Formats: sequence, C-alpha cells, structure tokens
Amino acid sequence: MRRFMLSLLCCIAFAGTATVFAEDGAERLTFSSVESEENYNTLVNELRCLVCQNQTIGGSDAGLAKDLRAKVYEMVESGKSRDDVVDYMVARYGDFVLYRPSFQLKTILLWLGPIIFLFLALWLVVRWVRSQAITKKAEPSLSDAQRQQVREMLDQNKG
Amino acid sequence: MKKSALIPLAVFAVLVVFLGVGLGLKPREVPSPFIGKPVPQFVLPELMKDGKTISPADLKGQVWMLNVFASWCFACRAEHEVLSAFINAEKIPVVGLNYKDEAEDAKNWLAALGNPYQHIAFDYKGDVGIDYGVYGVPETFVIDKKGIIRHKQIGPVFDETVVDTLLPLVLKLREEKI
Repeated sequence: MRRFMLSLLCCIAFAGTATVFAEDGAERLTFSSVESEENYNTLVNELRCLVCQNQTIGGSDAGLAKDLRAKVYEMVESGKSRDDVVDYMVARYGDFVLYRPSFQLKTILLWLGPIIFLFLALWLVVRWVRSQAITKKAEPSLSDAQRQQVREMLDQNKG
Repeated sequence: MKKSALIPLAVFAVLVVFLGVGLGLKPREVPSPFIGKPVPQFVLPELMKDGKTISPADLKGQVWMLNVFASWCFACRAEHEVLSAFINAEKIPVVGLNYKDEAEDAKNWLAALGNPYQHIAFDYKGDVGIDYGVYGVPETFVIDKKGIIRHKQIGPVFDETVVDTLLPLVLKLREEKI
C-alpha cells in the first residue's frame, strides 16, 4: 500500500512539472478583450496537436502547434467566434483535431458506448443477484436432520 | 465443464481481437478531410523563378501532384529519389510546396539532390501548409483534371507506395474526362 501511494505521489508530481513546462513554452499574448482571451484559452485547450497526438495545441511546443496557436489568436482577435475557429480547423485537419468530438452518426458509439456498457453491467448485476436469491430460497441451508444435530450440539455445550 | 468457466476465455478472445486490430491501425495517418474536395487555392512566389508566382489554377486540366517538402525534413530526403524517379518516368507535373524553409537552404538541397519539380511554391510562413492541413512533412496530394484532391499520402513515398497506390491512381485519373 505504501509503495502504491508513493508511486501515485510521483505521478502527481511529474504531471505537475509537465504542465509547468508546457505553460513556459506558450507565448505572452495581449488580448483586446477579456472575452477573446477566454475564447483563446478554451480553444487552444480543445484542439489537438496533430504532430504530438496526445497534447493540445496549447500544451505543445511543436512548430505546428505554435503556428496554429497564432492562427487561433489571429482569428479570435479579428472577432471570429469559437465555432468559426473550430470549423476552420476541422475543415483542414478533420474531426480528429477536436479533443471533444462532435456528436454525429460516426461518433455515436463513442458518446453512447459508456452509457450502454453501464446499463449492460447493471443488468448483469441485477440478474446475478436475483439468481442468487432464487437459489437460496429454493434449497434451505440446512436439512431438518442437520438442524436437529446442531440443536443437540448446542445443548451439549450448555450442559 | 461449466459454461460459466468459458466466460473469461471469451472475454480474453474479444480482447485479443480488439488489440490485434489496434496493432494494425496507424494513428499517425489521420484521414484527410480534403479527399473529394477542390484543391485549396493560393498564389505563392516561385522558388526557382524570380518574380513569378504559382497557383493551382495554372495546372487545371491535367493530373498533377503537390508534394510538401523542406530541406530540414529528413523523411523528404528519404523519399526524394523514389519520388523523382516516379515523376520523371510518368512525366507528371508536380508542384513542390517548400514548407517553412529558408530559400537558400532549399536551393542548396535541390542542387545536391536534383530538382524533379515543375514548379516550386515558396511557403515561407507555412500559411498554405495550414490550408492544406499539413502536419507531417512530407505529404503528397494527387489532384485530378478538375482540380479535385483524390489522394493524400502522409509521410514519405516508398517504392511500394508508387507501385500500389500512386501509379495506378495517376493512370486511372488520366483516363477520366474533364
């Protein structure tokens, strides 16, 4: 247990350093309004960097991520909405660029899969519990002869 | 043997199938949203011809390719010989998109390795690269006579790529009417 806690702590510590590095890599930007700054911050954390696929463009130091951050900044500052930027990126890099995939026929299993599996698991558990209950009722734990035996043993102990 | 004893085996079999399929997938090759769409337009200076510009509109009516390359890109060096041989053998017009490169470096690179391109578009800032959804140089697009992108090759072109994909596709597209 102690070893487990220790490795968990290590993980947390390293995760912390990783984000600090990523933030250091980001440019210092000035925004014309609070709204566009918020838009920028949500967008760079929602778009995937295709060079290093498990990072967002906000957290990556890759050249492409820098270019795309600049593009997002430029679009947000020129008054484009969040949807405009997302559409622009999807048109060029495909749905894969979205960390939060859109709800479409193609992605329906992705969205509904966990819920389906949850209900499937619940159903299996309910079925299992019920079958347990039925078997218990069907065969009494002790036969009459065994009960008699137990009673005798207890009486002997008393005496 | 009880039926329920087979459940772990069944679960394991399903897992093996999923993991087996997963091994064969190439997560680096993201399906391009450009297939079947018109080629994005641009006007860029020609690297080798001072004062001239190049645009995809200039190649309309023929089957052509756009190859994204840079002198800093190692995989481009690797594909260069294969790609050049293919271009020269089939006489395909190819636009090289020199992506985020220094003009001097690109010229030296081509002088050393040979220049198979009919035109070279000089995309210093990489804006056109973004419009083409470029994320892993080299990339090669095959464009038909109508100016529609029909194929995108991500990563270097190998002999197998030419034989299995590019050559049959180019021959097929040449048969198509405008």
